[in-house]
Amino acid sequence: MSPQSSAATSNWPCDVRPTSSRHCFFVIVVSLFPLGIGPEPDLLRKLAPGVLWVAALLATMLSLPRMFADDHRDGTLEQLALAPHPLGLVVTGKVIAHWLVSGLPLALIAPVLGIQFDLSADALIVLTGAILLGTPALSGIGAIGAALTLGLRGGGVLLSLLVLPLYIPVLIFGAGAVDATVSGLGERATCHCSPHLPLPHLASPPGHRPPP
Amino acid sequence: MLEADNLECVRGERRLFAGLGFKLEAGELLYLQGKNGAGKTSLLRMLIGLLPPEAGEIRWKGQTIKSDDFRADLCYLGHLNAIKEELTPLENLLAAARLADEELSEDDALDALEQVGLAGREDLACKYLSQGQKRRVALARLVKEKRPLWVLDEPFVALDTAAVDWLAGIISGHLQRGGMAVMTTHQLVTIPAGTVRELRL
Repeated sequence: MSPQSSAATSNWPCDVRPTSSRHCFFVIVVSLFPLGIGPEPDLLRKLAPGVLWVAALLATMLSLPRMFADDHRDGTLEQLALAPHPLGLVVTGKVIAHWLVSGLPLALIAPVLGIQFDLSADALIVLTGAILLGTPALSGIGAIGAALTLGLRGGGVLLSLLVLPLYIPVLIFGAGAVDATVSGLGERATCHCSPHLPLPHLASPPGHRPPP
Repeated sequence: MLEADNLECVRGERRLFAGLGFKLEAGELLYLQGKNGAGKTSLLRMLIGLLPPEAGEIRWKGQTIKSDDFRADLCYLGHLNAIKEELTPLENLLAAARLADEELSEDDALDALEQVGLAGREDLACKYLSQGQKRRVALARLVKEKRPLWVLDEPFVALDTAAVDWLAGIISGHLQRGGMAVMTTHQLVTIPAGTVRELRL
């Protein structure tokens, strides 16, 4: 079994349990907008990409502090760092696990929520695809922030200050792709950029040793 | 096999130790002693490569300990148990073995849990276990452990007397097979086999 999959599977049951709250957060935040704005389909269609993407960013943010914190507290992080595998691979496993329980469900929920904004079928497909492509980047960039703020008291706020600015390109491309489809421009141009968004994470420092 | 030369440890403003060196051969146990705050855990963390020494060098089989080979030979048990509360003892054992790239069949894992006195609790999530039982789950990793170097930080904490004797037996067995161990403890424990070296910080 590869180190990524062992790192991912060993944490699977621990990551799944608290996830429902971040997905509920996503559903509620997105649903508040149509309720607050009222039944104006044109306005809603215009707002939809931005609202869905910002809510997806915030929902991902919610789960980031826990990415390494539990492992740090119970000593698993030491064992991960001492495992006879390159640390970068182990961290990639953690990032994949985080995406599976955080980004992937968001992509599956998003089209259902998009219906509230009167998005067309095309736009819903592009929305799902854009979130599928963009969320690995969110997990990857978030891992850097989570590692840097590990062990700090009140690190959650610092984490959002560190990570949210780095999420801006993902937001622009992701929302832009949906926006282009809604306004009839076609999503091709922006979609071609999206797959490269996870790349910065690969160039990131390979790992962070747990503080003693 | 495990050599340390002229190690120095500085935490914050304080120098905990300097000029520390030792050599550990197969079948030997290094028993670290010292009062609280003397730097025992810091020294252990240096030995496993999690804390870079201020000065000095640590070598394993003549190589620096930065290599993957060293980590493949090392079994570390810290004062944290490194078990997941949501998982059962059996799942914890199997996950730990998988992470360490070790072959551990489910029967072997069940056997190890029986030895540490957790028979009948294999399928109970670890959060329902007592402190001592959680420690036993962590120690169960040592039963089938084949890696030559064991680094144990306070392994006897939270154990009852019978378990202390059992663990002393497990460590002697490891030394008899030609393994090495570095250990800190405040309890008086006699390890029946192997050469015991003492190092006072």
